[in-house]
Amino acid sequence: MSIILDKIFAHTSKFIAVSILLLVAWIFTVLLQHSMESITALGFDFVTETKWAPNLEKFGALPAIYGSVVSTFLAMILAVPLAIGVAIYLSELAPAKLKTPVGVSIELLAAIPSVVYGMWGLFYFVPIVRDLVGGIGISMLTAGIVLSIMILPFMAAVTRDAMDTTPDILKESAYALGGTRWDVIKDIIIPYAKAGIIGSLILALGRAIGETMAVTFVMGNVHQISMDLTLPATSIPVTLANEFTEASSGLYYSSLFQLSLLLLVISFTIISIAKFYFLRRKRVGL
Amino acid sequence: MATIINIKEESVLDVKDFQFTYAGNDAPSVNKTTMPIAKNSITALIGPSGCGKTTLLRCFNRMHDLYPDNRYDGEILFKGRNILQAKEDLINLRIQIGMIFQKPTAFPMSIFDNIAYGMRLQGMKNKTELQDRVEKALKDAAIWKEVKDRLKADANGLSGGQQQRLCIARAIAVEPEVLLFDEPTSALDPISTAGIEELVVELKDRVSIIIVTHNMQQAARVSDYTGFMYLGDLIELGKTEDMFVTPKEKLTEEYITGKFG
Repeated sequence: MSIILDKIFAHTSKFIAVSILLLVAWIFTVLLQHSMESITALGFDFVTETKWAPNLEKFGALPAIYGSVVSTFLAMILAVPLAIGVAIYLSELAPAKLKTPVGVSIELLAAIPSVVYGMWGLFYFVPIVRDLVGGIGISMLTAGIVLSIMILPFMAAVTRDAMDTTPDILKESAYALGGTRWDVIKDIIIPYAKAGIIGSLILALGRAIGETMAVTFVMGNVHQISMDLTLPATSIPVTLANEFTEASSGLYYSSLFQLSLLLLVISFTIISIAKFYFLRRKRVGL
Repeated sequence: MATIINIKEESVLDVKDFQFTYAGNDAPSVNKTTMPIAKNSITALIGPSGCGKTTLLRCFNRMHDLYPDNRYDGEILFKGRNILQAKEDLINLRIQIGMIFQKPTAFPMSIFDNIAYGMRLQGMKNKTELQDRVEKALKDAAIWKEVKDRLKADANGLSGGQQQRLCIARAIAVEPEVLLFDEPTSALDPISTAGIEELVVELKDRVSIIIVTHNMQQAARVSDYTGFMYLGDLIELGKTEDMFVTPKEKLTEEYITGKFG
């Protein structure tokens, strides 16, 4: 009897596990299906065309791609040094009394819904950016800043976890040779945890590039490519969030689906690189 | 009081009324202990698990300072000064008193950089001098022949026994006066163990050695003096051959004849 139950359980869980794969494939198929019209009509021009003018039936994704890449890049530049600093502090320098409360609050910050960051950004950061650097405040720069604040806690928490995998005995060996705390951090912990740290940075990057709500409020949804960061811009998810409700024609609708397909592929690629290349468990022993 | 007999005059370290207590504990883990560590000799510390031998060993280079609120009482004299004083320069102390751990701890860098690490920490930049000293250290640790063609390779590619000799080479490269071995062969196979033991014996002309081991045969094979610890107390310290043949204390005798432990 119990053998039969075992088998039923095994098969049920197998079915559930496999259905996740099917779900991913299903999502992909649906997106592809709905994109077909735009793919056949626009071809490769979709990703090189800079004009997005639905009323003229012109759909160029380049401004949105540019906006996604630049806002994410800004966010990474701002967040990476801070996140690594926080991680080093939490993993190596903080006294035990601070380690847990600060660590937990960082994990809590990572759990704040992104729409809250977006609203906070709109009411708090937009005026600050407007006063400090000019423009209307709704801009690529603001989006980058809000995005960096949003990914910072996640990045710091996973980077700290990567650093915490360094065996005590390895750190002690460096101290035993006369190393200072700083020597041990830069020569032992960071090199040892390097793959894990890079992996967590890339995971955060994957989150940033697909982030919708936090940036929709502060980016402006203006399809233009400009080097001036104080101008409004758009990104792939911002375009999707703003325009789906007004997509009137079939091609407009389909090109939005193609944008989301593009985003899916980009996110998948980034996360795969992080997971399979950097976050493999490779060190054994110690 | 422990029975301490026949230790040679010249000592490198002198433990005096020393006591060590871990953070958060009321009871000390090493109880009031007084013992000399003979110069240019090998002193083995033996005893059952939890007897305080590793804890005592880690006091000699103040390793316990890496974790907060541990407490030292009494004195450990090294070159006439008490190394337990707050003003002791720990970096300098750890250069003079090196340590080898239970498991090989090759750093995530090349073989050459592993050996050069301690010297670089001290600010040595001269390339030829570094190369000479790395080569000498590797030769002294009897691993030169095996690694001389792959000094640039990742040290983690070496076998466990090779890595442990690499760690010894790394420790002697900074020319310490004392080396602390904390069960250095517990993660190694018998052949590698024999190699490390041989190496330890060769090193004693240049450094004074304290070795913690759970393996009594190892203590008998390599050491000049043996200290037996039990429940945080030093029970007996004497010449190794006397300890194993005619122990003075009943507890020592029971331990080395396998009645407990």
